[in-house]
Amino acid sequence: MKRAMTLAEKILATKAGLTSVEPGQLIDVPVDLALANDITAPITIKIFREAGIPKVWDREKIVLVMDHFTPNKDIASAEQVRLCREFAKEQGLIHYYEGGNCGIEHVLLPEEGLVVPGDIVVGADSHTCTYGALGAFATGVGSTDLAATWITGRTWFRVPETIKFVYRGKLRPWVTGKDLILYTIGDIGVDGALYKAMEFSGEVIRRLSMAERFTMANMAIEAGGKVGLIEPDKKTLNFVRRHSQRPPLVLKADRKAQYLEVREYDCSKIEPQVAFPHLPSNTKPISEVGHIDIDQVVIGSCTNGRIEDLALAARILKGRKVNPNVRAIIIPGSPRVYREALRKKYIEVFLEAGAIVSPPTCGPCLGGHMGILAKGEKAVSTTNRNFVGRMGHPESEVYLASPAVAAASAVLGRIASPEELGL
Amino acid sequence: MEKIRGRVWRFGHDVDTDVIIPARYLNTSDPKELAKHCMEDARPDFAQKVRPGDIIVAGKNFGCGSSREHAPIAIKAAGVACVVAESFARIFYRNAFNTGLLILESPEAAREIEEGHEVEIDPEAGIIKDLTTGKTYKCQPIPPFMRELLKDGGLIPHIKKKYQKMRLEEEAS
Repeated sequence: MKRAMTLAEKILATKAGLTSVEPGQLIDVPVDLALANDITAPITIKIFREAGIPKVWDREKIVLVMDHFTPNKDIASAEQVRLCREFAKEQGLIHYYEGGNCGIEHVLLPEEGLVVPGDIVVGADSHTCTYGALGAFATGVGSTDLAATWITGRTWFRVPETIKFVYRGKLRPWVTGKDLILYTIGDIGVDGALYKAMEFSGEVIRRLSMAERFTMANMAIEAGGKVGLIEPDKKTLNFVRRHSQRPPLVLKADRKAQYLEVREYDCSKIEPQVAFPHLPSNTKPISEVGHIDIDQVVIGSCTNGRIEDLALAARILKGRKVNPNVRAIIIPGSPRVYREALRKKYIEVFLEAGAIVSPPTCGPCLGGHMGILAKGEKAVSTTNRNFVGRMGHPESEVYLASPAVAAASAVLGRIASPEELGL
Repeated sequence: MEKIRGRVWRFGHDVDTDVIIPARYLNTSDPKELAKHCMEDARPDFAQKVRPGDIIVAGKNFGCGSSREHAPIAIKAAGVACVVAESFARIFYRNAFNTGLLILESPEAAREIEEGHEVEIDPEAGIIKDLTTGKTYKCQPIPPFMRELLKDGGLIPHIKKKYQKMRLEEEAS
C-alpha cells in the first residue's frame, strides 16, 4: 500500500516521479522556477561562468529580480545590477526585472503568475518559502546550489519531517496572519522547525486572505523551516486563475499522514504580537509591551508589502497624523500594489498623514538603504528579521509587528495597538 | 582531509547571517572585502585578530537567517578553518559544503570548549580534541552525500561530472 504522506512529501514524491517518499530520503527533483536577486545573482553568475557551461537550462524558468539595493544605492550596487542585466541579455532570460517593472521578489512573482501550486521553486533568497502559501514546495538556497540548478534544471533535497500547525477559533480584532506566525515562532523558537516542513492548517487559515497566507509562509524560515506550506483551496485557485496561465497541480496531505508533531492553537486567545530585539521568537502580546518610544516605522517588505497590508495601514492612518518624532516609511511591494494603492487613495492617505512613500525595494529591511537607523534608534517594522544591526547601527533596535500595530505606533510615537486609537 | 589546529573563538546560540556578514557590505562579493567585516556586529575586532587556522565554536542554529553565500565565504576568507556548533541552520549548512567551509556538529564540544583554547580537529575521523583540557569529542559523521560532494571538490564539479555524462549520453543516442 502507498505510504500516507504530508503535503511536503506529496509534492516531492510527485515531482520526483516516485510513488512515495519518506523523511530523511535524498531525492533529486526537477525545478519549475529558479530565482535570484541583485545580491545573490552576481555570485551565481560567477560560479555559472566558472563552470564553463555556455547556456542556462531554460531561459524561461530563471527569474532575476533587482530589488534589494535598488534603485541602486551606490556604485558597487549599480555594478552588481549591471552584471545581472548583461547576463540576462546574454542568456535571453524572459524574466528579468529592474526599474519600473520591478517589485520585491516575493510580492512580484505570485502577482506575475510565475508560481502555481505544486511547483518546486528554489531561490537564492531565504524568503523564497513565501510561495508555500500557494502549495508550492519553495525554499531558499545559496548561490552555488542555484548555479547547479541553472545548469541542470534540477536540485537535491533531503525529504523533511513535517510539523503540522492547526489554527482554530475566532481571531480577535486587529489580529492578522503576521500575528499568528510571530506567535508560532515565539512558541517554537527560531530553530523550532529546523530542517522541517511546516504545514499551516485549520479553519483560521482557510479564512485568511492570500496576502496573510503569504505572510505566514514567508516567515517559516524564521523558525528554521525548509518550507511553510498551506494546502491549496478555492481562494488559492481563484488567485492563481487571476494571475497565471499555467495549470496548478493541486495536491493535499493524506488524512493518515505522519507528522513529527501536531501543534494546535486556540486563536481566540492570541493578541497582536510584537517581536522584541534581537530575535523573531522574542515575542510578547501587545498588552505586555509597556511604553517604548520609537523613531521609525517601516510598513512593507516581502512579508507585509501587499495591497491588503497597505489597506490596513490606510484604515488606521486615515485622518490621523504620524507622530512628529517618527519617520513612517511605507513601501508598496510592487508596481501593481503601488498603482492599486493610488487608485484606492491609500497613497493620498499616507501623504496626508505625513508618511513617506518609497518605491518598491527591500531597502531598509536588511539595512540596505531608504531608512537606516542610527545608534540607539528604535523601529517598529512589518518586516521579518530583527537581528542585531539588521536595519542599521548594531546598537539600533527593530520590533516586528503587523501593519496594524505599525501604523498605530506611527501615530502614537510608541509601540501601540490600534485599539488605543479607539479603533 | 588534513588535520586542523587552531585557537577557539566562542559565539552563542543563533548566530545569524547578519552578524556573520552584515547586509550593508553585500554590495560586493569579493571574499577579501567580505572577510574584513566578518562577525563585525558581534565582535568588532574579530576580523583583525583572527588568525589562519582558527576555529569558531558556537551554540545552536549557527548561520540562521538569510541564504547569502557571502556568510560562509566571509568566514572562510577570514581564515577560519572550521566551525563547530551544536547545530547549523539549513541553508547555511548546504552553503558551507558548497563553498568548501568545513563545519562540524558536536553538541558536547560546542557546549564545553572555551574561548582561547587550542583545539585539534581530525575531520576524517570526526574527532575534536581540546588540547587545553585534553578532552576528546566525537562529531556527527558527515552524511554520505556531502562526503561525495567533498570528494568531487564541491557541488559544481560534482554537477559538471553528471552534466558531461548526460551530454555524452545524449550525443550517443
